[in-house]
Amino acid sequence: MASCPGAPTLGIPFGVGRGGQGEAPQWAGGVPVPRPLCPLQDDKEYVGFATLPNQVHRKSVKKGFDFTLMVAGESGLGKSTLVNSLFLTDMYRDRKLLNAEERITQTVEITKHVVDIEEKGVKLRLTIVDTPGFGDAVNNTECWKPVADYIDQQFEQYFRDESGLNRKNIQDNRVHCCIYFISPFGHGLRPLDVEFMRALHQRVNIVPVLAKADTLTPAEVERMKNKIREEIDHYGIRIYQFPECDSDEDEEFKLQDQALKESIPFAVIGSNTVVEAKGRRVRGRLYPWGIVEVENPSHCDFVKLRTMLVRTHMQDLKDVTRETHYENYRTQCIQSMTRMVVKERNRNKLTRESGTDFPIPVIPPVPDVETEKLIREKDEEVSVGQPEPPDPRPHSLHPPPPPPPPPPPPPPP
Amino acid sequence: MAASDAGGHPQNVGCRTLSLSAHVGFDSLPDQLIRKSIKHGFCFNVLCIGETGIGKSALMSSLFNTNFEDSPSTHFLSSVRLRAQSYELQEGNVLLKLTIVKTVGFGDQVNKADSYQPIVDYIDAQFEAYLEEELKVIRSLFSYHDTRIHVCLYFISPACRSLKTIDLLTMRNLDRKVNIIPVIGKADSISKNELQEFKKKIMSELVSNGIRIYQFPTDDETVSEINTITNDYLPFAVVGSMEKVKIGNKMVRARQYPWGIVKVENENHCDTIKLRRMLCTNMEDLREKTRAYYESYRCCRLEKLGCRDIGPENKSISSADPLRHRFSPLPAPCLDIPKLRYRRSHRPNRNQHPSLDRAIIRHLHK
Repeated sequence: MASCPGAPTLGIPFGVGRGGQGEAPQWAGGVPVPRPLCPLQDDKEYVGFATLPNQVHRKSVKKGFDFTLMVAGESGLGKSTLVNSLFLTDMYRDRKLLNAEERITQTVEITKHVVDIEEKGVKLRLTIVDTPGFGDAVNNTECWKPVADYIDQQFEQYFRDESGLNRKNIQDNRVHCCIYFISPFGHGLRPLDVEFMRALHQRVNIVPVLAKADTLTPAEVERMKNKIREEIDHYGIRIYQFPECDSDEDEEFKLQDQALKESIPFAVIGSNTVVEAKGRRVRGRLYPWGIVEVENPSHCDFVKLRTMLVRTHMQDLKDVTRETHYENYRTQCIQSMTRMVVKERNRNKLTRESGTDFPIPVIPPVPDVETEKLIREKDEEVSVGQPEPPDPRPHSLHPPPPPPPPPPPPPPP
Repeated sequence: MAASDAGGHPQNVGCRTLSLSAHVGFDSLPDQLIRKSIKHGFCFNVLCIGETGIGKSALMSSLFNTNFEDSPSTHFLSSVRLRAQSYELQEGNVLLKLTIVKTVGFGDQVNKADSYQPIVDYIDAQFEAYLEEELKVIRSLFSYHDTRIHVCLYFISPACRSLKTIDLLTMRNLDRKVNIIPVIGKADSISKNELQEFKKKIMSELVSNGIRIYQFPTDDETVSEINTITNDYLPFAVVGSMEKVKIGNKMVRARQYPWGIVKVENENHCDTIKLRRMLCTNMEDLREKTRAYYESYRCCRLEKLGCRDIGPENKSISSADPLRHRFSPLPAPCLDIPKLRYRRSHRPNRNQHPSLDRAIIRHLHK
């Protein structure tokens, strides 16, 4: 057994802060070798709970991961090609592309492709949500609606599952990230782009990308990016924000992180084919004037996008979806339920239905003033966003003696 | 290629397994997952049940190598109470928020019939607090300080040479709510031979009374071997000490007698180190099993509130019904809205309108 290291340097064997920047992290072999607990006759401070992260790691690998990625943008911007390039596999088999006539009356569809992929023992169930038909029609008013509805549906499904009795096998189909493709052929954002992003930025993490960037020179790319960033600010669109670096990360990582933030929107090129360039086989596009390499950082930002999406920020995208977007949805849902429930109570009070048939808790009917106060209080609780209510009102739902007209059924004990 | 069941992933119709042509990089996902947990720290809550003076505080100090200050309590309390204290320990870059809950006055009363009740109530109260947080309109589950009890160390007195009735009674009321690890306190008063007999007797009494204690898991190949071996040492015969004795040129936790020195960290002298090792290497499993206990608590609680799941034939199913398993994962069961009777929670509510919240949950599934 190895001799026992002293407590402060009891290294935890993982590259925290690196998370796979292209080279494998220290223990990406799937199952890390557990640190042998050394005989403790002579050691003073070592207890051993530092292996807890290892245990969590093992259990998470055993359980497997899932991720849902949505791609949105007009037809022909290279969405499917980019997805194939990102995950180095062929997602789309037997895809049928429509011609212009067929697309006149096409409505926006939502299609889902689910694949299981595995790398070094880590299993990932990847769901790609596609939006064929987006922006293709002549009249695109509210074409973002099916997309927003889909996202809301997933949230609702999760809310129901979470509120159910048996929660063992909840499937998480919530959309974790939406890559929005901006056309390089214009001068920045178009009205449709703005409308789409504004409709969805409260529901999903939006990562804008500049598609087909091989039609732009580096200078043009810079100009486009600046313009797009300006317009995003101007229209109040909240795209996905990278979390701040820890202060104890090393300088190199901080610089990389800074470069990543400044590259938004990523200028990407995708390719389904492998070509020969300078003796190497690379994914790329062959032109008479040269070969565009997808994975060459000086040709496009594809590598940055892949690093961000897959290697460093996948878990953070899921966390933001869970903790912010889903919680917002849930809060709004409950808020609207509150109004419906209270209104129904009042309606039932007016029609004097028998108390035992109510589908809702039997409590004495509340006079209207109280109802409005309840709704206002709930709204305040929601808008102020404080976990602790200012002071609990123990009797607000059980008001003092009922008014003269028919005494309400007594509250249950 | 048929979709393989990836450990916890349910079978999904229409899901393909694809192979990758090169390194993509999502194998760093587990690391990304852990990075956040490390920053946030981990919670671990221990409940110690045992008579006054059996050595709960000494054992805790020995297990975590930190002298937790605690004054000895009196024998003359009229009822059992629980005292909880929280500490933050750091090892390497792992922050552990440890909460130690001890019973005070357990086994002291003349009439011990209700001794277990405050303990059960405390455990339920922690589950209830978590449930309240989950049902809130604005909730912060991710920064919530989890107070649910992850492990219960039950101290058996070395004097009696078998389990007492109160031990059986208490453990029987707790074994469906918390992971129980029985330990023999002050084990330095028992000789090796007597100890073997004692342990065998205790285990057979536990089995014959149908009491479920925590078994260290043997399905993870990394720890299965050591867990299988250690499962045979249950219950652990522990010795704790708050004091250190100078042996050679080192200060060692020990108890000094005229006839020798009992070293707490010597595996020949007692099982304290085994217990520490087991707690540390299986900490995540203990936490996972606690989450499962919480789910059954929640299920019972919601059922008491009148919620039932409905299967596709519109028939109400209770959670004990084996048919339920047929209905996962789709379609999602919807909660039935019954003729309603529900009890308001007796705890002081952090939510202003708990009845409204519950009505909403029910209404959602209307």
